Parts: sequence; structure tokens; C-alpha cells
Amino acid sequence: MNAVVEEHHDHDHKPTGIGRWLFSTNHKDIGSMYLWFAFTMFFIGGALALLIRAELFQPGMQIVEPEFFNQLTTLHGLIMVFGVIMPAFVGLANWQLPMMIGAPDMALPRMNNWSFWLLPAAFGLLLASLVMSIMGLGSAPNFGWTFYAPLSTTYGPDSTDYFIFSVHLMGISSVMGAINVIATIMNLRAPGMTYMKMPIFVWTWFITAYLLIAVMPVLAGVVTMMLTDRNFGTSFFDAAGGGDPVMFQHVFWFFGHPEVYIMILPAFGIVSSIVPTFSRKPLFGYSSMVYATASIAFLSFIVWAHHMFTVGMPVAGELFFMYSTMLIAIPTGVKVFNWISTMWRGALTFETPMLFAIAFIFLFTMGGFTGLMLCIAPADFQYHDTYFVVAHFHYVLVTGAAFSIMAAVYFWLPKWTGNMYDEKLGKLHFWLTCISANVLFFPMHFVGLAGMPRRIPDYALQFAEFNQIASVGAFVFGFSQLIFLYVVIKCVRGGEKATDKVWEGAHGLEFDLPSPAPFHSYTTPPVVK
Amino acid sequence: MSTASHGEYYIPEPSKWPIVGTVALTTSVIGAVNTIHAGEMSLLLPVGLLMIAYLFFGWFGSVIDESMAGKYSAQVDKSFRLGMMWFIFSEVMFFAAFFGALFYARVLSVPWLGGAGNNAATHEFLWPAFEAVWPLLSNPDNTKIVAPAEAMGAMGLPAINTAILLTSSVTLTWAHHALRAGNRLHLNLGLGITVLLGCIFLVLQVEEYIHAYNELGLTMSSGIYGSTFFLLTGFHGFHVTMGTTMLLVILIRCLKGHFTADNHFGFEAVAWYWHFVDVVWLGLYIFVYWL
Amino acid sequence: MRAVTRPLGLVCLLLASSPTLAEYQLNLEPGVTITSQNAYDIHQIVMWICVVIGIVVYGVMTYSILTHTKARGHKPATFDDNLTVEILWTVIPVLILIGMAIPATSALLAMEDVSDSDMSIKVTGYQWKWHYDYVGEDVSFFSNMNTPMEQIKNLEAKGENYLLEVDNKIVVPVDQKIRFLFTSNDVIHAWWVPAFGVKKDAIPGYINESWARIDEPGIYRGQCAELCGANHGFMPIVVEAKSEEDYLAWLGEKKTAQAAAAESGNKVWTMDELMAHGETAYNTSCAACHQVGGEGLPNVFPGIKGSAIATGDVAKHIDVVVNGVAGTGMQAFGAQLNDADLAAIITYERNAWGNNAGDMVQPSEIKAAR
Ligand code: HEA
Ligand code: HEA
Ligand code: HEC
Ligand code: CUA
Ligand SMILES: [Cu+2]
Repeated sequence: MNAVVEEHHDHDHKPTGIGRWLFSTNHKDIGSMYLWFAFTMFFIGGALALLIRAELFQPGMQIVEPEFFNQLTTLHGLIMVFGVIMPAFVGLANWQLPMMIGAPDMALPRMNNWSFWLLPAAFGLLLASLVMSIMGLGSAPNFGWTFYAPLSTTYGPDSTDYFIFSVHLMGISSVMGAINVIATIMNLRAPGMTYMKMPIFVWTWFITAYLLIAVMPVLAGVVTMMLTDRNFGTSFFDAAGGGDPVMFQHVFWFFGHPEVYIMILPAFGIVSSIVPTFSRKPLFGYSSMVYATASIAFLSFIVWAHHMFTVGMPVAGELFFMYSTMLIAIPTGVKVFNWISTMWRGALTFETPMLFAIAFIFLFTMGGFTGLMLCIAPADFQYHDTYFVVAHFHYVLVTGAAFSIMAAVYFWLPKWTGNMYDEKLGKLHFWLTCISANVLFFPMHFVGLAGMPRRIPDYALQFAEFNQIASVGAFVFGFSQLIFLYVVIKCVRGGEKATDKVWEGAHGLEFDLPSPAPFHSYTTPPVVK
Repeated sequence: MSTASHGEYYIPEPSKWPIVGTVALTTSVIGAVNTIHAGEMSLLLPVGLLMIAYLFFGWFGSVIDESMAGKYSAQVDKSFRLGMMWFIFSEVMFFAAFFGALFYARVLSVPWLGGAGNNAATHEFLWPAFEAVWPLLSNPDNTKIVAPAEAMGAMGLPAINTAILLTSSVTLTWAHHALRAGNRLHLNLGLGITVLLGCIFLVLQVEEYIHAYNELGLTMSSGIYGSTFFLLTGFHGFHVTMGTTMLLVILIRCLKGHFTADNHFGFEAVAWYWHFVDVVWLGLYIFVYWL
Repeated sequence: MRAVTRPLGLVCLLLASSPTLAEYQLNLEPGVTITSQNAYDIHQIVMWICVVIGIVVYGVMTYSILTHTKARGHKPATFDDNLTVEILWTVIPVLILIGMAIPATSALLAMEDVSDSDMSIKVTGYQWKWHYDYVGEDVSFFSNMNTPMEQIKNLEAKGENYLLEVDNKIVVPVDQKIRFLFTSNDVIHAWWVPAFGVKKDAIPGYINESWARIDEPGIYRGQCAELCGANHGFMPIVVEAKSEEDYLAWLGEKKTAQAAAAESGNKVWTMDELMAHGETAYNTSCAACHQVGGEGLPNVFPGIKGSAIATGDVAKHIDVVVNGVAGTGMQAFGAQLNDADLAAIITYERNAWGNNAGDMVQPSEIKAAR
């Protein structure tokens, strides 16, 4: 199949066969591939989590060896972060950004396809080491998703070098994806759509893209230093040659902290799209939303060492990072208050996307509060590396980021497929998910405060009850996601036809297009007043 | 931004290059790891690298063809410009990681090992013999990691190289002005000299490495000084290689008569890249060689 | 929505009424040092502030969810900003945060002040045990977890202090400012005793400092808090705080015992003595990796049972154990164990589990090999 040979101007002509996906230059097809990839990874990463929870169901070693447990934790974290949340957001960006700004496609469609296809390659490398490990050939990465040196350098298993290159591939993919988003937003907005008229989802992704471009290369840098420390005798992370293991952590978290906001800013954008729709009221405080997002992004670059309060920084450093981190509560608070004011005196209805969005606001805020507790350095000495931290980040990541993605899928699925999803099943999925998520993650606060360290395969007897509850919650949560899968497949296959506007209170250019949206979204730009 | 209002959008046809690119990169990295682990060249590595070369020629080739066929609107041109700009920014951040490591070592970890700050105990219990002076001519543990005999001076080769790169930026700008003024002779001359200077820089850099390894005992594995020295200058050298190659391609295209006075994104992208490589060198010269 | 808020509210109440649920610990413990007390206080302050903000935020939201609904025929308003409230909800959080920052700052400054200590203990993390060195006292020892494998593998009932018990406790005096110096021999570990409020990373090549002044005698337990490899979950810490006299008495005993152990390297041992001592010492120092039965863990830790080294040339065997294998988990045990222990362990490895090299290694041979 040679792409450049023939020209055609038929805009709804879709390429067929496998080539449609392999060689795609279409934002919708690429978006779908991203979303299905993320969904697949969610089940794989989730299956690892369920193994973790099964092992932790009661004290004693039952199912896996300690060594393999560490591989489970590591791959669970890596897959969920790089293989689920990030690709899912990129998938949503691919589907929505061109439609929302009145463009035909992304600005750099071929690069877009490359960004996607690097991901299966990267995760193929990573998962191959897990499969090898299960078959008894070497060990998969076993040093946590944060891969601190020297555990990952001098003491890392052989597969670490594959892991390093896998991270490089993910990095290239993310940077190209981000460049594409920026070029699309800066260059393809419909006439009249000034920056301050862009939908908030577009804004949040715009800012997220800058975060990505700024920090993914730093991650690439730090894994490169790992590579040379491991194989070429450099001593970046070795005191014997004047380096410092803690330097690894500084460089890693310079990437890592903005990374967690990369995983939440698009979520803010999604919630800001859904809440006004089902409140039938304009978003409260549009411009303060934009400024708040920008402030969060800016602050995210100067707070990284709050992950490192116990490494023995000079006390001035600890104070600086404590204060700067506390500041993040302010713009984030602005967002929460704006959402609530949007709902205030609206005419609310509670379709599945709205339910997920409301649960997001409740539960993300919970996670935010525990985040604030964590950033208080003297208290963090007690919380650090316990299940309290695990509870914190699952609240912001699962009931935050993942809930927002589920909300977005329900919200836009009718636009994508032209069919309404099954509302009854959607609600069932929501309630099961929401309740079980709390059963799963809330008890982790208690065991954490009571002193259970994270990343341990076995624990002392006093932690048994709450771990048992959490494990039960985990299985209910996990299997509830099969309903989600079913609802999505059912909706793709058919169902009640959706109107172009889909939702009574919907606004935005994507809702002016027919449902399902045409293959090339806006071939002639709409004019925005 | 309002260019969109006239004419149709350009959307490229489906393309095989992304898949070729993915296979090429994956093959290369697996080859690289296998090579490292086995200690001998794995076949996958050269195969992967050849595929990458094929990718570049093929992908850029088709873009050039499309561009020459006049398929690109001003808007597409702008997307390319934005793409190149932010790509360069991401490269800046990649170097920032290594500069960060250098500053961290010089300002924090090495003084700490020497007992600075509240690290008196680190010095007293673990490295009583270590003195913190940059560049490190003695490591905390000299039996495990052999320190260099001498540091790389700022004069001599590095200074000449600085002059070469700065000059090359000037010649490139000269070529650019010539292109805009429609003076093809000066364009080709300026570009040719730039490529030549790039090559000379690389030769001198190799010369310097040989000197470092053979006479100074300064190697990748001679402690944090060697580590930061070689990774920073090495990645820079790699970028100069890329830049020179790209300049060469542009030169060939110029000789073939490509580019016009007001439509020459390919030229400009490479020029930006070259200036970026130049600026990084200045940072290197100051913080790695000089201060 | 109520189905969400109710359980949430309930758990908040649970959190608050922790004393009534004495059997489960739900909250931080106040601990026995001023540091842990400070951490506890600041934790309580921040948590309660968050609970109050939460009640307000969730309250307003819940009210809106319940009343401003289409189902109730509520007509949507059209406002989309209000400068006054926006300024208010920016400024008020700032003030609240300042209120939190002040006590947090003073607590932090107090915690980090290690000056004027009465004694120092150097703590070194190893995969997967702790080494304690009483600085200036000539007393130092390793501390290994001693929960039996049978309990971990669920073959035996689990003891009260399952996973939180060690062979050699560290003993310290109460009411003295003890300075801890943390470092590591291999990867990063973190020494954490919740009751002291001390958690500090042990970083190879660097020394971190922290301190504790313990108010009450007692036994305090903690764990390694930084992922450090396969047995990260199995490197507990047990500290016994004693009165000054009891502590000094213990210190005296420890010195005598260490001198005797050093002496044991000078005598000639019998095979039975070596095998008996070897078994205990092997199980303490080596079984974490090579396993009690000597079978190792496939691809991670080689088996000793049937290994070419343990059945072949004795000099090579001694070399591996004494000098370790650089860059692997196999440490240089010459620096950790005395001649008698090493001789016994090597003899044991060569003759247990069907390995029948038949030879014996005497402490003198180890001394010669060092
Ligand atoms: C989506 C991801 C995400 C998000 C959004 C956040 C948000 C925050 N996080 Fe979190 N965090 C993680 C993901 C995330 N985090 C992960 C993955 C880790 C663990 C990494 C690892 O070690 O593996 C982690 C760990 C982590 C630590 C390190 C803990 C430790 O290891 O010891 C800290 C410490 O400061 C912290 C703080 C915060 C803070 C202050 C916020 C703030 O942004 C929260 C702000 C929000 C609010 C405060 C709520 C809303 C505000 C109001 C209603 C206004 C009024 C409120 C007040 C004035 C109090 N986080
Ligand atoms: C976005 C990110 C994300 C998400 C969604 C999750 C989801 C979950 N996490 Fe996650 N977790 C992390 C990010 C995330 N986690 C990170 C970053 C870490 C830190 C890692 C580290 O320490 O390095 C971590 C660590 C972590 C731990 C701590 C491990 C340790 O410290 O040792 C635990 C323990 O309970 C846990 C549990 C869970 C559970 C039960 C879920 C559930 O939500 C999962 C739900 C399950 C499913 C969705 C599976 C569905 C599958 C089936 C129904 C079975 C059918 C199977 C097939 C068809 C294949 N996680
Ligand atoms: C932290 C884990 C760990 C501990 C504890 C440990 N070892 Fe090892 N041991 C290893 C590893 C890893 C290797 C493999 C080294 C290599 O790659 O060659 C090894 C190799 C060996 C070998 C060589 C086996 C062979 O056939 O290659 C012997 C003998 C040995 N150890 C003895 C001991 C003794 C005796 C002790 C206790 C005093 C001990 N080990 C404690 C990790 C450990
Ligand atoms: Cu030592 Cu974890
Ligand atoms: Cu953070």
C-alpha cells in the first residue's frame, strides 16, 4: 500500500482493512486506537493489582514470592500511569480537540500515528519481561514505578535495560503527541475562536502538552544516566565517584511531579465540560479556571521534592518544598469551588457522565486533602512510604483521573458512535464502581496511619482486617469494569440513535456536528462569534 | 491563524512511515540492549539503524516531494514550524537534565562528600580522605573508581571549537540572508562553509576525546567529572552530527535549486536546530570547560 | 448521591472516634518522643481543618444536588461569575494555609536540630538487615528478622509480633538525646520507628542524621520504609528503651560477649560444632536469599545445594563468601561476620542438603584468607 500515490477528495471515504489502522492519518481512528489500547492496559494493570490484593488478603505469603510481588507492584504502577491514564487522555484529545476547535484533524496527522504506534512497542518490551519472568527466565523490573537508584542501577535485573529503552519510546511518543496538540491548538482553531473562547478541555490539554514537552525529555535524560551507570561505568548515582543516589530522585521527581498533574489537568477539563452540560448553566468562572490551570502547571515545577522529605535535604529545602506545595491547594480549590458554583442553582440531571463527574469532585477533593496533609513535612515523616500515600494517590488517580475518563467516555460516546449507551447499565456500573472504590481505597488510610509500609508483600497482624476489606473492594471494583466494557461494546454495535446535540444542555462545536461525527471533522471551518 | 478561512485543509494520505518508524526504533533498541548484554554486536542493531536511515530518507523524501508539488498551504507550513520549535524546546529540556546533574554534583553532592553543609558525619565516617575540589582529580573511593590525572583545560581545542561553532552560526545566517535575497551563489557558499565547519568541529572533538582518554586518563568511568563531561559533550557531539547531516541534505537540496526566497521551511528548521546546538555548546564551554 | 456521602461521613466519624475502637489502630500514634508528639499534633490540626473544609464544601454541593434539580422543576440561573466570592475563596484558603504553615515550620525546625546529643548510634542498612554501631563504645552488631519461615509460609500459627521481631534488639537509654547516623551498604533503606517519629533514608555513600529522646522505657517496633529489594518487607526494627543503669549494664554485657566471640576464632572446632553453629548462622545471614533448604530462588539467587562452588574448590568458596560478588546481592561477608561464623557457615554449606564435600573449614583458614 503506497500512500502517496493517489489523491482523493472524498472526505467521508474511509480506508479499509488493517491498513486503515496501521497507516492511519485520521484523528478519530487514532483516538480510538489510543482508547482501546488504554482499556486493554487497564485490564492488564488491573489484573496485576488484583494479584497484589489477593496476596495481601491476609498475612503470610500465599500466592507469589516476595521478589515477584515487587515486579507486580512495579508493572502495575508503570502500566497504569504510562499505559492507561496518559494514553486514554491522548485518545480523548485526539477525538475531541479537532471537533472542539472546528478543525478537520490534528495538525500533524502522520506524526500522530507514530505517537500511537510507539506505545504498543514500548509496552510490548515491558510486558515481554513480565512474561519471561513468569516463564522463569530472568526477572521483570522490580524496583517500583519510581525506579530509585541504586536498586535499579547496580542491583537492577537484566531486563532493566529493556525497561530503559521502553521508557525512551514512551517518552518519544508523549513528546510527539504533545507537539501535535500544541500545533493543533495554536494553528487550527476556527476563525474567531480566540484563546479565551476555547473550551476548557482544550485549555487544559494545551497546558498539559507544555508540561509533557518540558518533563518527558528530563525523564529520558535520567533513564539515560541509568543506562550509562549500569553499562558504561559512569557514576551519576554512586557516591564512590562523587555522584549521589539522591540526585536520581531529584531528576526523577522533577519529571514525576508534573507527571501527576499531566494525569489530572485533562480530567479537570473533562469535568468542566460535563458539569455545565448537566447543570444547564454556563461554567462558573471561565477565566479563573484558565488561570488556575496555568498556576497549577507552573507550581508543579517547583514542588518536586515533597516526595523526598526523608532523604535528608537541608532544612531550608524542606521548608521551601513544603510551602510551595501548600500553595497548590489554592488554584485547585478555585476549581472545586467553580464547579460547585456551576451546579449551584442549576437544573441538575444525573445521567452517568454527570454521576461520574460529581463523584470525581467529591473523591478527588478527598485525595487533595490527603495530599495537603502529606505536604506538611513534619507529618510526612510519619506518612511517607506508607499506605496513607497509596490511599492518597489512588483517590486522585482512580477516583480522580480514571473516573474522569469514564465520565468522558459516557459523555462523548454517543457523539462518536451515533448511538446512546445503555443508561441503566451505565448507572449500575457507576454505583458499583463508586462504592467499591471507596471500600477498596478508604481503609488504606487507616492501615497507613497505623504504620503499614507500602510495597511489602506481607504485613504484621494488626493490619489484617482493613487489608481484607480493601481486597474485597478491589475484586468488586475490578469485575465491575467488565460492565463498562460491555456497555461500550454494546453502544458501538448499535442502540437508540443519538441526536446531534446528544445532551439537552450541551454546548460546543462538537455538538454542532452530526452524530456520529464525520470522518474528517470540520472540512470548512465554522465561524465562532 | 485566520489562514484557515480560505482554501481547503490539507490532510495527508495514510502513510506507512509511522509503522516503519516504530519497527525501526524497536529493532534498534532491542539490538542495542542485546549488544550491551552480550558484549558483541547483535545483528538487530545495524538492521535497526539502517531502517532508521531508510525512514528518514523515505519520510522526509515524501514530505519534500509533497512540498515541491505545492500541496502545502501556509497553514501546514505553520504547523511544521510549530512542530520544529517545540521539538527543539524538548531537546533543550533533555540537555537540561544533564546540566542539572552537573550543577547538582558541583554545587551539592561533591561539597557534601567533602563535609560541607550538615554533612560533617558523611565526611568523617565514610570519606575522611576526600577533598571536594572541582574538577575531581581524586574520587571519594579511588580504588573503585580511578580519577583522571588531569582535567580538560578550557584553552586549546575547546576554545578553537567554540570559535568554529560561532563562526558557523554566522556563515549560516549569511546563507539565510542570501537565500532571502535570492543570491544562490552566496547561499550555497555559506551553507557549504557551515557544513565544513561542522565537520571540522567533529574531527577536533574526536581528537579531544582521544587526548582525554590517552593522556589525561579522563574517561566515562573516572567519576562524576568524567560522567558529566562525556555525557554532555557526547550528546552535544551527537547533535552536531545530526545537524551537520541535515545541513548537508539542505545543501544538496539548495544545489538542486530547492527553496525560494519566501518558502524555505526546511532550511529554516535546520538553521534553528543548528543555532540551538550552538547555544548548548556555549553553555557547555562555560560550565564544563571553563568555570 | 447520598449513598456516597453517607459512608464517607461515617468513616470520618470513625476516624474521629478512634479511641472507641481500641483494637484497630486507625490514626497515627502520639508516640514517646517530642518529635512524634509534634508530628501527631500537626497531623491532627491539618486533618481536622480538612474535615471542616470538607464538610462545608460537600455540604454545599450536596444541598445543590438535592434541591437544584430538573426533576424538582428548578429553573437554571444564568450567572457565570462573581468577583467577590472568587476573591474570598482565594484569600480564605491562603489564610488557612498560613495557619497550618506556622506550627509545621516550628515542628520541622525542632526535628532537624541534631545538636547537643548525648550519644550517637550509627545505623547501616544492608539487604535485608540492620547493623548498629554504638559510636565510641566498641559495640556493634547485626539485627535480623527472626520470624520463622514456617510462620510466613502459613505452616505454623503466627506469633504476636509476626514480622516485627529480631534476633538482636537495639537497646538505648531513656531521657537522653540519641543521635542516629544513617547510611547504607547497598541500596537505599529507610529506618522508621513510628513511636519516635523518626523516618530517615539510609543512603549508600552519605550519612543522614536524626535524633530521639525517648520518654518511656519499653519496646518499640518499626520497619524499613524504602523499597530495597525482594525482602524489603522483612527487615524490621526493634528498639528497647531502658533506664540509664539498665542500659549501661546491657552495654557492659554486650562488650564481654563480643570479646568472647572474637576469641572463638582462635580455637580449633570439631565438625559437629561447626555444623551446629553453621546451621544457625546460615539461617540468620544467608537464608534470606539462598533459602533455608539451600535451593535459592530461580534466576535471582543461585542455589547452594549442589552448586559447583559449594562442592568444589574450597578456596573459591571462601573467596565468594568473604569478598562477595561485586555488583550483585552477594555481599562481602568478611566485613560482617567473624572468622568462626564464616568457617561454620562454609562448612555447613559444603556438607548440608546432600552437599558432601566432606571437608571442614577452620576459623584460622578464614583469617588467612582475609
Ligand atoms: C493525579 C495525580 C495526583 C494529584 C492531582 C496529586 C495532588 C497532590 N498531591 Fe500527590 N501524589 C500522587 C498523585 C497526585 N497527587 C502520586 C502518584 C503520589 C505517589 C508517588 C509515589 O511515591 O509512588 C503522590 C504523592 C504525594 C506526596 C508525597 C508523599 C510521600 O511519598 O511521602 C505529596 C506530599 O506533599 C503529595 C501532595 C499532593 C498535593 C498537595 C496535591 C494537591 O494538588 C492537592 C490539591 C487539592 C486540594 C487541597 C483539594 C481541593 C481544595 C480545596 C477544597 C480548597 C481548600 C483547601 C484547603 C485550603 C486545605 N502527593
Ligand atoms: C492511574 C493509576 C492507577 C490505577 C487505576 C490503579 C488501580 C488500582 N490499584 Fe494501584 N497503583 C498505582 C496507580 C494506579 N492504581 C501506582 C502508581 C502505584 C505505585 C506503584 C509503586 O509502588 O511503584 C500503585 C500501587 C498499588 C498498590 C500498592 C502496592 C504496594 O505498595 O505494594 C495497591 C495495593 O493494593 C494497588 C491496588 C490497586 C487496585 C486494586 C486498583 C484497581 O482500581 C484496579 C481495578 C482492576 C481492574 C480494572 C481489573 C479488571 C480485571 C478483571 C476484571 C479481571 C479480568 C482480567 C482479564 C480479562 C485480563 N495499587
Ligand atoms: C542479599 C542476598 C544474599 C545474601 C544475604 C547472601 N547471598 Fe550468596 N549470593 C547472592 C547472589 C545474588 C549470588 C550470585 C552472585 C553471582 O551473580 O555470581 C550469590 C552467590 C553465592 C555463592 C556462589 C553460588 C554459586 O554457585 O554461584 C555462594 C557460595 C554464596 N552466595 C554463599 C552465601 C553465604 C555463605 C551467605 C551468608 C553468609 C550468603 N551467600 C548470603 C545473594 C546473597
Ligand atoms: Cu530495607 Cu526496605
Ligand atoms: Cu508530587
